Amino acid sequence: MILFNFLLYFIYIKHGIYSKNTIYCIKIDTLLHYVVFYMLDNNIAQLELPTYMGEKFEKLPDDLFIPPNALEICLETFSGPLDLLLYLIRKENINILDLDISKITDQYLEYIEMIDAFKFELAADYLVMAATLAEIKSRLMLPKDSFEDEEDDPRANLIKRLQEYQRFKTVSENIAIMPMVDRDIYVASAQHPELKIETKNELKISIDEVRDTIKEVLNRPNYKTNHLIDFEELSTQERIQILLKILSKRNIITFSKTLQKNEGKKGVVVTLLASLELAKDGYLELIQNKSSELFLKSKGI
Amino acid sequence: MDNNIINTIEAILLGAGRPVRMSEVRSILASDGLSVELSDIKKSLNALEERYVETSLEIKEVASGYRLQIKDRHSTSLSHLWNDKTPRSSKALMETISIIAYKQPVTRGDIEDIRGVTVSTKIIRSLLERNWIKLSGYREVPGRPALYVTTKDFLDDLNLKSISELPDLPDVSETNDIDLLSQVV
Repeated sequence: MILFNFLLYFIYIKHGIYSKNTIYCIKIDTLLHYVVFYMLDNNIAQLELPTYMGEKFEKLPDDLFIPPNALEICLETFSGPLDLLLYLIRKENINILDLDISKITDQYLEYIEMIDAFKFELAADYLVMAATLAEIKSRLMLPKDSFEDEEDDPRANLIKRLQEYQRFKTVSENIAIMPMVDRDIYVASAQHPELKIETKNELKISIDEVRDTIKEVLNRPNYKTNHLIDFEELSTQERIQILLKILSKRNIITFSKTLQKNEGKKGVVVTLLASLELAKDGYLELIQNKSSELFLKSKGI
Repeated sequence: MDNNIINTIEAILLGAGRPVRMSEVRSILASDGLSVELSDIKKSLNALEERYVETSLEIKEVASGYRLQIKDRHSTSLSHLWNDKTPRSSKALMETISIIAYKQPVTRGDIEDIRGVTVSTKIIRSLLERNWIKLSGYREVPGRPALYVTTKDFLDDLNLKSISELPDLPDVSETNDIDLLSQVV
């Protein structure tokens, strides 16, 4: 838990304040610097104890709140173990040869112990790298002639991966600084002013249509009468005969014209039944086009 | 060039607010009863470009066509206007999209091999949401992993016409990595 403590110290020193439920915004580069410093030296005793309001703190306050993702931030500064390794190689030019394997392993295990609660996935990747490093180191420590006959330098694979990663890391950095839409470039657009066209609703009807319509409306049986069960005054059979008679004179007729006002709703039902019956037997055709009107058309039989 | 056509094309670009293909411009003009050749549309675009020299606008050809954009020297003023709601791209996200761009089509496994770290679903989802990458199929190996490729939107957003305009991938071992590494292990 040394690193964890280190982070506590860091946040403490850097900000000099502490409180519960404070989310610290740590500039990642600064944090990184301290983390690397820690990794190199591993000696927090060298860090000065923080002073707060002129007083030196001997120990960390009990209620110091560390945001749970603080460590995640720390690890995510590196996009992976290869990145961490490259960083250590390039920036600090450190010599891991001087570190003994158990120490590296200890450091990594500490890391994992801390982060597994937060992000186990991440820890696993770092663990693999730790194992790889340890393996390479152990093989290099073997007496020289014992691995001379091996084809590959144990480091070859790691070097290859680091190089390959380096290529994409470099290029991704180049791409990241390229002008990007909504960051460096803005697409120009203009909106059409709101149109105020009055839509004219002109009705195009002829006098004939008005007359026909009013006729139909006046002649329309009252659909809203109460329902009374009665003897069948109107027979479907009879209506069939009437319809046939009408159709023998006229080839086509609208349904409404075959109705009689005094027959009311029953008349409509009977006429409909009669026309359906006739249609079924093929004597007439029922046509309804876009208008709501139903036409009865004789089939001429 | 007919000024009316030039202005109509300008209006189309302004109204679209996205890249528009020349063929699309032609069909819009055609439905307006204007029959204009592609070469004339190109000429009109050039005329517009000249017209914009002295202004804050420019015409840019990107992967999905031509678009009207604000010259990048004004980006700082605009970022103040919009209060820095710039989409931030993490290091991991940029590495992932770079690997997809140069090695496409790739599986998540391919990306992991290079980056040495598990590719988080969050990154892939965020790239898919931005429409920077899309699924191009499945590799016919056990598990049939999904293959990803970059999209035209990615190029549009990077102000590019084609994938070949991306910066060159650095050569292996131009650097002295081996020397450096020998110090490590």
